[in-house]
Amino acid sequence: MNSAANSAHFVRTGALAAALKILQRDLRLAVRRPGQWLQPLVFFAVVTLLFPLGYTPELDKLRAIAPGVLWVGALLASMLALDSLFREDAADGTLEQFLICGQPLVGLVAAKTLAHWLLTGLPLTLIAPLLGVALGVPVAAMPGILSSLALGSVTLSLIGAIGAGLTLGVRRGGVLLSMLTLPLAVPVLVFGARATELAIAGESLTGVLYLLAALAVLGATLAPLAAAAAVRIGVE
Amino acid sequence: MNWTWFHKFGSPPHIYRIAGTLAPWFGWPAGLLIVAALFAGLVLAPPDYQQGDGFRIIYVHAPSAWLSVMIYGVMATAAAIGLIWRMKVAHAAAASCAVIGAWFTVVSLITGMLWGKPMWGTYWVWDPRLTAQLVLLFLYLGYMGLRSGIDDLARADRASAVLAIVGVINIPIIRFSVEWWNSIHQAPSVMRMDRPSMPMDMLAPLLMMLLGFTLYFAAVMLVRLRAEVLRRERSASWIKEALQ
Repeated sequence: MNSAANSAHFVRTGALAAALKILQRDLRLAVRRPGQWLQPLVFFAVVTLLFPLGYTPELDKLRAIAPGVLWVGALLASMLALDSLFREDAADGTLEQFLICGQPLVGLVAAKTLAHWLLTGLPLTLIAPLLGVALGVPVAAMPGILSSLALGSVTLSLIGAIGAGLTLGVRRGGVLLSMLTLPLAVPVLVFGARATELAIAGESLTGVLYLLAALAVLGATLAPLAAAAAVRIGVE
Repeated sequence: MNWTWFHKFGSPPHIYRIAGTLAPWFGWPAGLLIVAALFAGLVLAPPDYQQGDGFRIIYVHAPSAWLSVMIYGVMATAAAIGLIWRMKVAHAAAASCAVIGAWFTVVSLITGMLWGKPMWGTYWVWDPRLTAQLVLLFLYLGYMGLRSGIDDLARADRASAVLAIVGVINIPIIRFSVEWWNSIHQAPSVMRMDRPSMPMDMLAPLLMMLLGFTLYFAAVMLVRLRAEVLRRERSASWIKEALQ
């Protein structure tokens, strides 16, 4: 009866539906292979816990470097998980199907980036307060740390997706991927660490959060376009 | 409007010939200007009332810092042209910019450090501009790394072009964030190289040097572009005629 309406509906929401399918698939894959999203978390924890051992166990001193430690740790852990963002899909031909399936590549790439954030950025954010306690961060600072990392890690995933796309054609892309992405992530690190510092000092961090949010919005607007272009170049 | 002149730039033999003709026209004036500016800056200009003769390194430092940023812009523009109009010569031009830009960044960093030793008492201060230059150097290194990491030339061209464009959008944000970061962590009493006004006999050599360095960049870029075109077109038949 309403098959025409149904198909019109399908065409209209096709891009969104396809993106949601990709998101679903990536999350399902992650559930079946927990190592993929657990390893960056363990890495983050280990790196953070190296600092009391390598520097000093005094919480007062650790508290002073906690913003830098948390952000650099989160940045590196997020990078670590990036290499697998497109690589497996490029190897088994999934990305080629992306190109010929008729859906806009930007949407599919954005869905994969969102999946990457849900599987690394979000867990890293959630585990950060726990690691913060180990670095002497007061409990009152936790909401600030959570919100700044949540916003900042979105931008990290978005920038990372560009890097992951660009290094598709490189055989051992891991180091190169970090080399491309880390300089681009400098603003996120600067604002994020500052927000954490303010949170630990108990001051208002609204202004810095706005800056982080601005970066995230800018990234969400432009980065998927660049990442899609990069993936297209890498696969063709 | 007639766009033939634009499309002609896409032809390797044409660009090879033009670059060969133009290079000396940039190179000689560049050499003369740099020598004249060195003389004017090192001998004629009066010593600074605060920094003495130490300020003279600005005649190398400031132009190279300026060029390091400008070259990234030129590189990204060439890369964008290559990406949009699929012009191989533009990609070759972008590729030949990268090394020059990276070297100018290194020169500005080294001269900045040498200037910092007598002025700040240490070779390295996390000054916003030194820091931004360091990040710029890493952007150049990343660009060159990506280019050399991809074997297929056409793919390397396009991937590095995307990176250059992403980088050029990011550079202002990085500069802003580093300035902002520094305003929090650094005492504002740090001596800066930019003073509101500079007497003419100090400024003139600086402007001459800036023009000289820019022309030098143009000349070297054209020579490197010729080499890059030769390397890319090594199996084309026009090469034989051009090299005879």
